Formats: sequence, C-alpha cells, structure tokens
Amino acid sequence: MNTTADEIGGPDLTALLAVTTPTTEHLAALHARLEAAAESADVLDVAYTAIDTPVGSLLLAATPRGLVRVAYEREGHDLVLETLARRISPRILRSPRRLDAAAREINEYFAGLRTRFDLPLDYSLSTGFRHLVHRHLSDIAYGHTETYQQVAMLVGNPKAVRAVGSACATNPLPVVVPCHRVLRTDGTLGGYVGGTEAKTTLLTLEHAA
Amino acid sequence: MNTKPPFERVVAEHGATVLRVCRAVLGPHPDADDAWSEAFLSALKAWPTLPDDVNVEAWLVTVAHRKAIDVTRSRQRRAVPVGEIPERASTVGVPNEDHLELWAAVKALPDRQRQAVAYHHLAGLPYQEVAAILGGSADAARRAAADGIKSLRTRLAGDQPKGRTR
Repeated sequence: MNTTADEIGGPDLTALLAVTTPTTEHLAALHARLEAAAESADVLDVAYTAIDTPVGSLLLAATPRGLVRVAYEREGHDLVLETLARRISPRILRSPRRLDAAAREINEYFAGLRTRFDLPLDYSLSTGFRHLVHRHLSDIAYGHTETYQQVAMLVGNPKAVRAVGSACATNPLPVVVPCHRVLRTDGTLGGYVGGTEAKTTLLTLEHAA
Repeated sequence: MNTKPPFERVVAEHGATVLRVCRAVLGPHPDADDAWSEAFLSALKAWPTLPDDVNVEAWLVTVAHRKAIDVTRSRQRRAVPVGEIPERASTVGVPNEDHLELWAAVKALPDRQRQAVAYHHLAGLPYQEVAAILGGSADAARRAAADGIKSLRTRLAGDQPKGRTR
C-alpha cells in the first residue's frame, strides 16, 4: 500500500498509520464476526476451509445445501475458488464452521473409523451424464472397486466407457464421492484427480481396514 | 457473465485499510468495528452485481463512509458527542500518551478534513474519488486533506495545552 507515499507525508501520517493499523488477531475476530453475520443474513453462498490429510491439504467448500466441492492441492485451491465464484457465486468466505461435519467425517475416514459418508451433498457442479455417473459412484461400497466398463453398464450406457472416465476425472467431490474405486478393466489404476499416488493411498487404506 | 473473484480475497486485500479508515474517522472505538462489519456485510450482499470495472477500494470506503455516518447518527441519538473517544479503547488496547495526543488532534479536526485525510492518506484514494464520496470538487477535497494535515502537524508540534479545541 502506498498510503504514505505522498507529497506531504511526514511523521504525523506515519503515526496515524501506526495507531490505526489493526493486529492480525483483531482482523481475525472481525472476520469471524463477518462469517457469522453473513451466515445469518443468508448471503454466504459458499463457505470453505482447508484440512490436512494423508493425501495432502484438501479444500472443502459448501453451499447452504451441502458439500459442493472437495479439491486436492494439485488442482490449485485458488483456481478452484475462482471456478466456484464463476459457477456458483462470488459470495465466498473462508468459514470453517459450515464444514465442521465434513471435516470430522473425512478425518474419521482417514483414521479408518468410517466406511461411508453421511453428509448432505450439493451436486450443482455435476451436469448431464456426469451427474448420473457421480450419483452412481456413491453406490460402490467401501473396500470394493468397479471398472470403468462396469460403471458404464450400470448407468445404462455400456458404450460410454470414455465418458465414464472423464466423469470420474471431473468428480467435484473426490474422496467423499468415491471415484477412486473405479479401475481399468485390466486391473490397473487408471487416472485420478488427486494423482495416482493419492488413489493408491485411498485404496490401500480401504483394503487394510 | 460473472467474473468477480471470491469475496474472501476482497476481505484479505482491503480489510486492514478499511478498518484504518473507520478508526481514523470514528476514533479507536468499538464503533469503528461496527462500521467495518456493516460495510463488509453490505459489500458481500452487493458483490455479485457490482460492475466489473469498479474501484473496489473506493467502493468499500464509500460504503464504510455511509456506515460511519449511520454510526455517528446513532451516537448522537444516544447523546454521545461526535468523535468522542472512550477512556479506554476496548478493542485496540490502552493507548499510550503519544497516541492520546494524536487521537485528540484527529478528533479536533472538522469532520470533512478528518474524512479527507483518512480517505486520501490512509486509503490511498485519489482526490477525485475522495470528492465523489464527500461531495464537492477534487480541489476542495485536496484542500480539506491539506488543511487537515496542517492542523494535525501544528497541534502535535506545538506546546499548546491538551485541552479541547471545540
């Protein structure tokens, strides 16, 4: 900020800047107050937070309807937030409270204490055929896997194997909606939005449990 | 159609500056927090429909300016003098002697000068934007800020008693 870079500047302005500058704690308290006010005024269209997990930092975002996005670090959390601003609403605040339940369940999942998620989900980012696939993915039970081919058949479009692949690659709710449980017909991993290493971590976790 | 960045970025970029402005205008008082909170809540509400080419900081300062006027009016209804500074500023700690002197000098400024100083020198808005907020010409805004700085300097440099000037 170039607030003192002015022809008259001087010690008085420097002093005024110094005494009016808030502490980090003070700004954090005002931020929390804004989160609460936005929530009760019903203008917090997207709340988000980030949590640390064995597969790295996960961004969690929710609308008032439910969890709308889970994003891996490699997707670029800032980019993901920009996309949410464009596709859902720019009324976005970091506001961990709305994500409390999601964060708890995901932590329990990684601790091996939870085999299914019981969270309201907002599928706004899933459209058309992809939406059909994303809905189906939640039917694949913990510790089980299906092939892209099987998924295509089960959603009623056996020829759409590639489309199933791209639906999995664009799953807006990875981990919670288990696209990691879909493998290639030859048994190899296939791609994953969080990287193959993350996919292996999740599958290993589920098989060990 | 919608190219607005997430509002969180607005808070991160402008939160501290807008609070400085609120404090300069209202004093180191919880009222400054109230003005900040109301300004950012109104801004969040309006954010999706704001024109893309707007100067965000000037817009936030304008909203904060109106909220500060609201706060000032409700103070008057509570019969608390405008610009009154509490014995202890509950949210910014207890100011030391130098701070008290500076706050007294800021408080002694006519509203327009105090606002012009805050909006130009603390928020960094060009005089054209300051004039749009305060009304009047850019030249008048420039003079108000210059006069404000001059009085601050005179008051702080001089050995005059710390009594009230109005």
